[in-house]
Amino acid sequence: MIRDQSKDAQMQDDDQNAGPYLPRNAASHPAALHPPYRSSRLRSPQAEPITFPSTPSEESGPVFTGDLLGPLDNDLLHNFGPDGQSAIGPRIIVHGRVQDQFGRPVAGALLEVWQANAGGRYRHAKEGYIAPLDPNFGGCGRVMTDTEGRYSFRTVMPGAYPWPNGPNDWRPAHIHFSVFGAGFAQRLITQMYFEGDPLIWRCPIVGAIDDKRAVERLIAPLDMDNTAPMDALAYRFDITLRGREQTLFENRMEGL
Amino acid sequence: MSKHPETASQTAGPYVHIGCTPNFAGLTGLYENDLGADMATDKAQGARITLSGRIFDGAGDLIHDALVEAWQADAAGRHAGQPGADPHFSGFGRCPCDAETGEFRFKTVKPGPVAWPQGGQQAPHITLWIVARGINIGLHTRVYFADEDVANAQDPVLAEIADNRAATLLARPQSAGDYRLDIHLQGPNETVFFAV
Ligand SMILES: [Fe+3]
Repeated sequence: MIRDQSKDAQMQDDDQNAGPYLPRNAASHPAALHPPYRSSRLRSPQAEPITFPSTPSEESGPVFTGDLLGPLDNDLLHNFGPDGQSAIGPRIIVHGRVQDQFGRPVAGALLEVWQANAGGRYRHAKEGYIAPLDPNFGGCGRVMTDTEGRYSFRTVMPGAYPWPNGPNDWRPAHIHFSVFGAGFAQRLITQMYFEGDPLIWRCPIVGAIDDKRAVERLIAPLDMDNTAPMDALAYRFDITLRGREQTLFENRMEGL
Repeated sequence: MSKHPETASQTAGPYVHIGCTPNFAGLTGLYENDLGADMATDKAQGARITLSGRIFDGAGDLIHDALVEAWQADAAGRHAGQPGADPHFSGFGRCPCDAETGEFRFKTVKPGPVAWPQGGQQAPHITLWIVARGINIGLHTRVYFADEDVANAQDPVLAEIADNRAATLLARPQSAGDYRLDIHLQGPNETVFFAV
């Protein structure tokens, strides 16, 4: 085989920014088909996905910079209501760290979040739940990680809500996260749950994940060390994105 | 060996538009534009194309609530962020399916061939990533161009796929510069999806 010079050049870079991504471990993720989650029955591909080692198309990703963000984008308490009026409901801080599979921070990751209001109602044309809208709550925000991979935003504690699936299914309180890392191979949408919520283990969407520990990693613990006294409780949600294979260079460094 | 397992995926659900395309969802005034609404400025290099299509479920019914993302190289085969990439082209598009017609549509430029790490080149292609209610982990596929016979015949990814299934990845030219491709999540024409 012809020697690929670009590969040699990549080897000299920090391996976080070059080289193929580790294969995705399907056991960490929900199955495409989980019949108790009714919508997955007709929307789950039946064939096994085809695998190949990542290429520049998967190792590169959209470039976002901080100038994308407005001053209230990470403040769902205030980014929707008129004249800065605050959303209704228990005030919380959600924060954490985005890292790769080797524990290295992912800086500049864009997180987009959305959620129901404190009563469990979404601001969406297709939403039919009887709980009222909050005129001061949109339910949409975004934030980017700093150089240490850290992020933080303020919002209200979302309410649980019923949904048309089984005869009486309720979603546990949750916040949806969309995450862009450095490469499109790291693209991820997930949901964060809250410590102590008894609905988590009854939820057919959560139940699509076989691995109990993988579910537990989606449950944010209450974080009393980072509350704002007389203001907001805090929950910590760390996110791990796929890592790139270790290069020969780094293996040598570690091995000798 | 990696030390940490990847965070598990969960469905984007029916309300993904609130967070990812708030203006489309009627939440105006938060962000100036929905992310990924424009892929190229007027100054971008290359041939202008549109890529449009629809998504069907296993009953053959049109899906109206999906969100589709596109990621691709510029006309010279370089991705945003790489040295020499076209500064007038983002490479990233995001499009909610139309609530009535189910159509997604990207206005973009025709991508150039992209290097294959083991040597040689990949045929021009656009990566698509599809999320919706009922999809537990985002579906990753690729769109190739039906009028690129020679490049497609040498593409190392297409070479891994049986001919009858590879056809599910070929966007067909309509009028000049307009390509169409329907995506089937199940059934005899199930689209090829990738785990890369
Ligand atoms: Fe939800």
